[in-house]
Amino acid sequence: MTAYATTARAPTFLEEVIARTPGEPHLERCIQCGTCGGSCPSGADMEHTPRGLFALINAGLREQALCSNTPWYCVSCYYCTVRCPQQIHITDVMYTLKRMAIDEGYYTESTARDAPEFSKTFIDFVESNGRSFELGLATAYHLRYRPLNAVGMAPMALGMLRRGRMDLTPTKIKGIKQLQAILNKAKELGGVK
Amino acid sequence: MKYGYYPGCSLERNAAAYHQSAMAVAGPLGIDLVEIDDWNCCGATEYFSINLLPAYALVARNLALAQDQGISDQLVAPCSACFLNLTKTDRYMADSPQLAADVNEALAAGGLHYTPGSVRVRHLLDIIVNDVGYDVVAAHVSKPLTGLRVAAYYGCLIVRPGYGGIFDDPEHPTVMDKLLRVLGAEVVDFPLRAQCCGGHMTQISQEVAYEMIRRLLKNAADYEADVIATVCPMCQLNLDAYQANVNQFFKTDYMIPVLYFTQLMGLAFGASPLELGIGKEFVDARPALSKIGVAVPSNGTPRKAGASKEALPMPRLEEERS
Repeated sequence: MTAYATTARAPTFLEEVIARTPGEPHLERCIQCGTCGGSCPSGADMEHTPRGLFALINAGLREQALCSNTPWYCVSCYYCTVRCPQQIHITDVMYTLKRMAIDEGYYTESTARDAPEFSKTFIDFVESNGRSFELGLATAYHLRYRPLNAVGMAPMALGMLRRGRMDLTPTKIKGIKQLQAILNKAKELGGVK
Repeated sequence: MKYGYYPGCSLERNAAAYHQSAMAVAGPLGIDLVEIDDWNCCGATEYFSINLLPAYALVARNLALAQDQGISDQLVAPCSACFLNLTKTDRYMADSPQLAADVNEALAAGGLHYTPGSVRVRHLLDIIVNDVGYDVVAAHVSKPLTGLRVAAYYGCLIVRPGYGGIFDDPEHPTVMDKLLRVLGAEVVDFPLRAQCCGGHMTQISQEVAYEMIRRLLKNAADYEADVIATVCPMCQLNLDAYQANVNQFFKTDYMIPVLYFTQLMGLAFGASPLELGIGKEFVDARPALSKIGVAVPSNGTPRKAGASKEALPMPRLEEERS
């Protein structure tokens, strides 16, 4: 992003998104061809196709872009990324938009507002144990955010338990203190892309 | 051939059948998988949505452990999401000295350091087809899967986006097809082979997730697959455990068992179904496996002799014909 560093004005929204994405995401290269949306398996259910979302970003329409359900409906399959004729790291940009939507509180207005809570609940267990814990995740997430769903998901959880595919208690790694020290340091260093 | 082994959280329990069957075929093929001591979760697709640097640091601890434990300079990951996160972190640390410095500053808080590029991350399918090779696999086939129609399902992350360790085409992969043919199976065409299973979408929006799963099941059914072969715990979970939900949602009647490719390898090598974790799937694999003369004892009380061959999975729905 050295190209932008010399400009005196505040960074545009596009420049901010680029700056918060690892490596060189090349988002400024978008030619609005729509290959991304055409390749997207969940594109039909998105409020904006990736192409449409990038047009919003380019136009500086921050609120519309960060309230969109599009990043949350991205399934990280990387079809758009490998097909993009401009080599834009689209999946990484989607992750950036999710983080920005959380940081700025916009996700609560998204139709996918539970999605960040799923990610956070998942990560809570990883940070406490070093391993993921499916039963805890399913229970905590569904009971807290989707109580009606919890009833519907119960047969699935029982099926998993009956087949020996789900643990009743979490597994904790030996070096959990070490891992937590690493993660805390990383959080402290924070803002680096 | 000795490799470091990163099973990932799913293989500990939900996908224990994958771990069991991988071990059952690794032995005969001379693959020595040595588990990295005290590995941690890779963060799946969740951590990168929340906090970037901790997400990299979480993955990098595993790479640092693999490097320090010196089992091998190669690390095998059977789960597609783990494979992606490990390769991505290694690649991005190599490409960005700033990221590498930050991740290493975090790792230093736990007394660790990782030098990008020092561990080569590979998928289990890769080492079987490329290091062991089809000929050696063929030599171990004692009970060919003759007559079993299999759809080879690759999913996304072992073929895309190519951060490292990619070994097949991102749009039209073929190595598993060839492997399954070596086992004697009849590999059906499966155009959606590299489409996404939906990942965690079942937890975010059921409508979106079920549609993605339905498409895959329909595609396998259209080509009259008896079984879908998978390389990933997430794909297996979505297509298998949610198949009944999908049927209920769309009023369909798919009954297509979803097995790990290593389970099919094990059967062809003559291993017992129980040893391979067969029986843990939601959609019963027994009717399909009876086609190749494999009888799977049920746990405890034997059920009545399974569904007949006529009951095999092909859905017949008016709206599905097109």
